[in-house]
Amino acid sequence: MRVKLIGIDANQLLEISEKRQLSLNLEEMKAIQSYFSSLGRDPTDVELETFAQTWSEHCVHKTFKGEILTKEGKINNLLKSTIARVTKELNCEWCFSVFEDNAGIVDFEGDIGVAFKVETHNHPSAIEPFGGAATGVGGVIRDILGVWGEPIANTDVLCFGPQDFPYHKLPKGTKHPRFISKYVILGIGAYGNNMGIPTVNGAILFDESYVTNPLVFCGTVGLVPKSKYVRKGKPGDILVLVGGKTGRDGIHGVTFASTELHEEAEETFGTAVQIGDPIEEEKIKRGIIEVRNRQLGSAITDLGGGGLSSAVGELARLFNCGAIVELDKVPLKYPKMSPWEIWVSESQERMLLCVPKENLEEVLEIFSDENVEATPIGEFIRENKLNIYYKGELVGQIDVSFLFNEIKAVRKAVWKERRHPEAKFSMPDDLTLDLLKILSSPNVVSKESVIRTYDHEVKAMTVLKPLQGVYNDAPSDAAVLKPLYNSWKGIVISNGINPEYGKIDPYWMAASAIDEAIRNNVAVGGRRIALLDNFCWGNPEKPENMGGLVRAAQACYDIAKAFETPFISGKDSLYNESSAGPVTPTLLISAIGILPDVRKAVSMDLKEKNSLVYIIGLTFDELGGSHYYKVHGYLGNSVPKVDALRAKIQIDTLIRAMDKGLILSCHDLSEGGLAVAAAEMAIGGNIGLEIDLERVLVRGKLRSDHILFSESNSRFLVEVAEKNKDAFEELFNGCPYSEIGVTTESDELIVYASSRKLISSTIDDLRKAWQGGL
Amino acid sequence: MRDIKFCVLRGPGTNCDIETKVSLEHFRCTAEILHINKLIKGERSLLDYHGLVIPGGFSYGDRVRSGAIMGKTLMKKIGNEIKKFVEEEKPILGICNGFQVLVEAGMLPGFKEEQEVALGTNSSSRFEDRWVYLVNENRGNCIFTRNLKKVLRMPVAHGEGKLILPLGLEEEYLDRLKRNDQIVFRYSYEDGTPALGKYPHNPNGSIFDIAGICDPSGLILGMMPHPERAFHWITYPDWTRKGLKGYGDGYVIFENMVKYVKDNF
Repeated sequence: MRVKLIGIDANQLLEISEKRQLSLNLEEMKAIQSYFSSLGRDPTDVELETFAQTWSEHCVHKTFKGEILTKEGKINNLLKSTIARVTKELNCEWCFSVFEDNAGIVDFEGDIGVAFKVETHNHPSAIEPFGGAATGVGGVIRDILGVWGEPIANTDVLCFGPQDFPYHKLPKGTKHPRFISKYVILGIGAYGNNMGIPTVNGAILFDESYVTNPLVFCGTVGLVPKSKYVRKGKPGDILVLVGGKTGRDGIHGVTFASTELHEEAEETFGTAVQIGDPIEEEKIKRGIIEVRNRQLGSAITDLGGGGLSSAVGELARLFNCGAIVELDKVPLKYPKMSPWEIWVSESQERMLLCVPKENLEEVLEIFSDENVEATPIGEFIRENKLNIYYKGELVGQIDVSFLFNEIKAVRKAVWKERRHPEAKFSMPDDLTLDLLKILSSPNVVSKESVIRTYDHEVKAMTVLKPLQGVYNDAPSDAAVLKPLYNSWKGIVISNGINPEYGKIDPYWMAASAIDEAIRNNVAVGGRRIALLDNFCWGNPEKPENMGGLVRAAQACYDIAKAFETPFISGKDSLYNESSAGPVTPTLLISAIGILPDVRKAVSMDLKEKNSLVYIIGLTFDELGGSHYYKVHGYLGNSVPKVDALRAKIQIDTLIRAMDKGLILSCHDLSEGGLAVAAAEMAIGGNIGLEIDLERVLVRGKLRSDHILFSESNSRFLVEVAEKNKDAFEELFNGCPYSEIGVTTESDELIVYASSRKLISSTIDDLRKAWQGGL
Repeated sequence: MRDIKFCVLRGPGTNCDIETKVSLEHFRCTAEILHINKLIKGERSLLDYHGLVIPGGFSYGDRVRSGAIMGKTLMKKIGNEIKKFVEEEKPILGICNGFQVLVEAGMLPGFKEEQEVALGTNSSSRFEDRWVYLVNENRGNCIFTRNLKKVLRMPVAHGEGKLILPLGLEEEYLDRLKRNDQIVFRYSYEDGTPALGKYPHNPNGSIFDIAGICDPSGLILGMMPHPERAFHWITYPDWTRKGLKGYGDGYVIFENMVKYVKDNF
């Protein structure tokens, strides 16, 4: 079907874009109009849809790759000038494939590489939380399959509205945060568990800005034999569509993701949410791994956003060729789908394989053995054109070069410093209640009831699990996997995220997220760390949103460069905005490190009575965005900063101490600062602890409660056996550290400041509060 | 020594096959992961193997009931082959979903040649992954638990693991299971005292705290906990406290299975 574009005016162009849910702006519509004018014909619906998919924010990341005008000048390609620049400048030889594929790949052991990717699935989860979250997991698993990887672990970070949000305040068309959280968690568990991929790490955070727009980050780690990582499609190779049938589910998913959420979203974009089937994906996985092992394919990609239109187009561009696709060959869930729907459908559990003709039969047989449908739907051709046929009729023909020569977006960025009321309250006499309140606050409280609904140890590779300690109830800083049966080498997975800081300054929010992800990784022994970024932001067409985005991206460059941790992959989800406003600028940093010998991993639970407890790092008066301020009703302004060069020396020293076996337990200091870290370690070990605040190394003059609850970055609490005191202190000579306490025979956490007791609580009471009993 | 060969049988949705294979092969035998389609099509025969393990997962998506489709498919498509396999006194181990399959196939508890009991939805109504204590109550009938210590620790990870006996006949069935020495593992406290239904020690509400049973011959064992995830101490949840000496509690179960075959075939 042709769509009349030639000769129509600007308003009509925009009307077409809106009516067909193309999410294309006027400039883009005009470019398409002039392209087809030059061809002397109107586009078909298939062609118009192809542009809408390929040019969507979701697929091309036009904000990050476009031009940004700021007060300080023009930024050309924010991605290349910040995040990817870290990787380029560091030029680590262990980075095998970065920023060019579905997932980043780093070296692991011998020929085996590790692939890691984190995605978001926010808008679908707002409308249909179970399906949205489940297909979020399914989608990121396919990103790993899309680099010939075998998925081995999942990680999920979830951001919801407050669970007690009053019903009468819910904006129209919004589902209650409690409903959303329940079904998102079920969806994630269902997909990962059914596929037999352990969910080993994650976080759950709450903030009012997520009421209308929850954030669902799904990550997957996989193993890739580098010698079998093949990307060499060529004209003549057959395009084989593998997996589930194609239906109307998931049509316009990417254009849906590239607009703000509005109250009728469920009606207008109801078809945009896909339906997941983990067992189908498990079967596809088996087939793909077999094809990979026998080296029968020449390339592979997942069908995600934009469906076939994106997958075929991107492969054709990659191999500098064109393609013929026969849409009527695509197996359908129901007849009478129009060609454009087949072309852009985002039905789940589908992959596209390129197979040299001589291997086709063997490939089809492999999938048939797994009860998976595999259908040749076209082939690569020499000419750089996509030729799309339906029942013998040419329904679309597009120049690949024009398709990927999208209009450069120009955004404006304005950064205005925000000032929040300073916290004004005097120090309470007893801080025990403050600690208990923080322990039981939604972002800190134990997530055990959720963690247990995820299988976190299927595959028998999870050697440091999400819960630690005597009773298996304390929070691990990171997960450690031992993925090879014949090697003790481990993979360390952690994350860093703190939206509270994003309310104050996205620069330091990003810096803190990087520091947190790295220190969580280091806390268990992780090193040679690579990072992934996931930005969730409001509408990028609004300059004030862009102002914060630019700052956060700059922090990514400054801090990651100083830590010498390259970014290997990332994703941005913009348009997380509704009539209720944008989400709090949120950056998830996922970190993947290695551990040469998993037997040297260090967990966070206190191990022995009468050992020494040290704090590593400096404490500043940094309570802006802290949980202590939060429970007192303030946000404040003194957001934690990062001195990455100093932090790097500390973590390098800490790793050396771990390798020498000097560290009995180690926990990072994050939300709730020193007090919460100490409480969690005591809960884990079920061992008492006494701390003297006077001995904490501080910069500036700090009130005792501020020392206790400051959230300064780059700090760890470590437990060291008395007999290793000298060795430990010698090693840390030159680093900021101090001995601040001892583990005791009692069952209490006691914190003193100049012999005054500020906190005194039994471990049982701490545990009860942390388990939500307050 | 003759080559000993185990079949690790998988269907669509099985997902614990690799770690199960690795556990068996630790004892110098071959464990082949075989798709059920190969048996159904007659391309392979179960009788070429000395032992069968049905590992965990979500076979056929656990549609209808957990393990139901795979259990019924086995009996309908290759029932005679399985019967012959059992007659040859070859051992069969079903873990988690594999236990559910054996129950759905009517092979456990094996009083009659049809399904008599079921593994139903956990009392908590949710999937749960946690480490539990098991007390080994078998008096010697079960070939998998010989020389096994009294109290073991392993993880369970399932949503449907509650053993349900026929309504009104619970006592009769329990008596028979006890009399035949078919009760193998019960959920317990650390000291081996049975959990008596108490959550989370009994994680799913299973009757009489039953975590695993064998058939009257002692050659077919079904268990909800995962021995392959408790093979090495490194996969224990608290090895950073307790150290890494020796093997985990799942080790002996596989060792016994291989040893039985080595001794008898």
